[in-house]
Amino acid sequence: MMNSLHIDASKCTGCLQCEMACSYENHGIFATSKSRIKVFEFHSTGRKVPYTCTQCAEAWCMHACPVGAIHEDKATGAKVVNETTCVGCKVCTIACPFGTINYVADTGKVQKCDLCGGNPACAEACPTGAITFVDASWTGLDRMRSWAEKLDTTVKTA
Amino acid sequence: MKHVILGNGPTGVVAAENIRKQRPHDEIVVVGDEHERPYSRMAIPYLLEGKIAESGTLLRHDRNHWTERRIGLVEARAVSVDTDARRVTLSNGEVLPYDRLLLATGSKPVRPPIPGMSLPEVVSCWTLEDARAILERLRPGAKVLQMGAGFIGCIIMEAIANTVGKTGGSLTVVEMGDRMVPRMMTPKASALIRAWSEKAGVEVLTSTRVTAIEANVPRGGLLSPVYKAKNTKERVDVSFGDGSSRAFDFVICATGVAPAIDYLKGSGVEIGKLGGIVVDNRMRTTAPDVWAAGDCTESTDFSTGELMVNAIQPNAADQALVAGANMAGGDARTLGGLRMNVLETFGLVSTSYGQWWGAEGGDHVELVDEAAFHYIRLEFLGDRVIGATVVGRTHHIGALRGLIQTGARLGSQWKERLKADPNRFMDAYLTAALSLA
Repeated sequence: MMNSLHIDASKCTGCLQCEMACSYENHGIFATSKSRIKVFEFHSTGRKVPYTCTQCAEAWCMHACPVGAIHEDKATGAKVVNETTCVGCKVCTIACPFGTINYVADTGKVQKCDLCGGNPACAEACPTGAITFVDASWTGLDRMRSWAEKLDTTVKTA
Repeated sequence: MKHVILGNGPTGVVAAENIRKQRPHDEIVVVGDEHERPYSRMAIPYLLEGKIAESGTLLRHDRNHWTERRIGLVEARAVSVDTDARRVTLSNGEVLPYDRLLLATGSKPVRPPIPGMSLPEVVSCWTLEDARAILERLRPGAKVLQMGAGFIGCIIMEAIANTVGKTGGSLTVVEMGDRMVPRMMTPKASALIRAWSEKAGVEVLTSTRVTAIEANVPRGGLLSPVYKAKNTKERVDVSFGDGSSRAFDFVICATGVAPAIDYLKGSGVEIGKLGGIVVDNRMRTTAPDVWAAGDCTESTDFSTGELMVNAIQPNAADQALVAGANMAGGDARTLGGLRMNVLETFGLVSTSYGQWWGAEGGDHVELVDEAAFHYIRLEFLGDRVIGATVVGRTHHIGALRGLIQTGARLGSQWKERLKADPNRFMDAYLTAALSLA
């Protein structure tokens, strides 16, 4: 069984180590604005919610890409952007109903979580266990996954 | 089982791949009429800008992609379809029999009926061949007139203006409508895009019509061709609706597209009022064993329930997946297409979704920062977001699709919060839709 990111928001303290680790892993600098995982803070409830791509099966981003720049990594199940092929048209960013593939103006390309090739830096950096990389069959991303089914414009009945 | 697919754009290709995944032994033939490997028109603006080579426009980059999947590619144009005998007649004289047929012939550019449109100095911007013709004419210092400031016109402006702008040339954009991208942007958002484009050096003329284009023939005589070329700077005279006339080097026509369906005359495949192929929610046409998907269809608008021609890339992919699944023997249905567009003009990114123009009985919030070129407008119906227009922000933009398409109920608290600050749509989505917070 493939591993996937398990997010337990109740354990998140909002320390942003995940965002730092992500930006360092992918951009070589500590800049939370460049992170592919984002912690949302809700002041009304005090809750902090780490949020990133669930590598959903529907893969709207991948299907919408006009130049085949997004493929599925067979080993990790991650949907991965090939930066060389990406032309920066941003169609994937409007097609993804989770808002988890984003345009980076500096590079003129899009970026999304690719599970760091199977060893996600965010999970490694998280000091409280709010983000873990575990067997995909029991992750808290189930809720987003079931939401993905609701979003699917294509109902398969056979 | 033999599947014939007319059209080798994204729709035809995605459908063919989907059929192959589910039917390893069926025969699949994809017909395309351009002398190119299957490519994406979406990539043409980046080719014009010089950001990518022609190979960067390819839909699939692996040369063996088609042979590995045993997807046959035929270079020809469909001339007619006989849905009784189940065969397609091609422009090369060949007759292709089919068991299942997909019509994925996309759109064709529409040219206004104006004298002079057939001059070599008037080029469309639709195919790779058109892109080559534009690049050939983009000489240093060229004065360019672009007809149409819709999506295509606006997305190629940057490439044209940057190329000629650096060398003393100019780009003038003329649009019949009262604003730029009128079918994608609210008046305020359009005004921002216009101001931004003008800052970048583009001359924008709205509510303006071109009435004629005439060749500006160099005077004859004993002068050498080099002398003539040097001294006859502009090649066409363009007349406008107000009676004025100006000279340009060449004209790019980007006045819109329409479903490419001429070959269906007499086929029994029904064409709707909007000029697209009528399809049901399984992408079936009115003829047996004939499906249609993408730009050439008219289908139900998720937002309004009305018919529309939703000629956009994500819709093409969605419909192709449904059609492909059904042609492979499955039973997939679509819940309707969602309007969505993203445009970049000189680095300014604008997006619109769903019923961005609003609904009767609905309300909205609109936030404009003209100095920063930031804009966001959300349209509500009750406590649901039904449409959005955003300029100058790209981050988490897709969540607007999520909010709209799930019909997530915001509750009065989050609706009020969004009306106070619409930029918090992501927080609203996480709370109201995903229940994550």
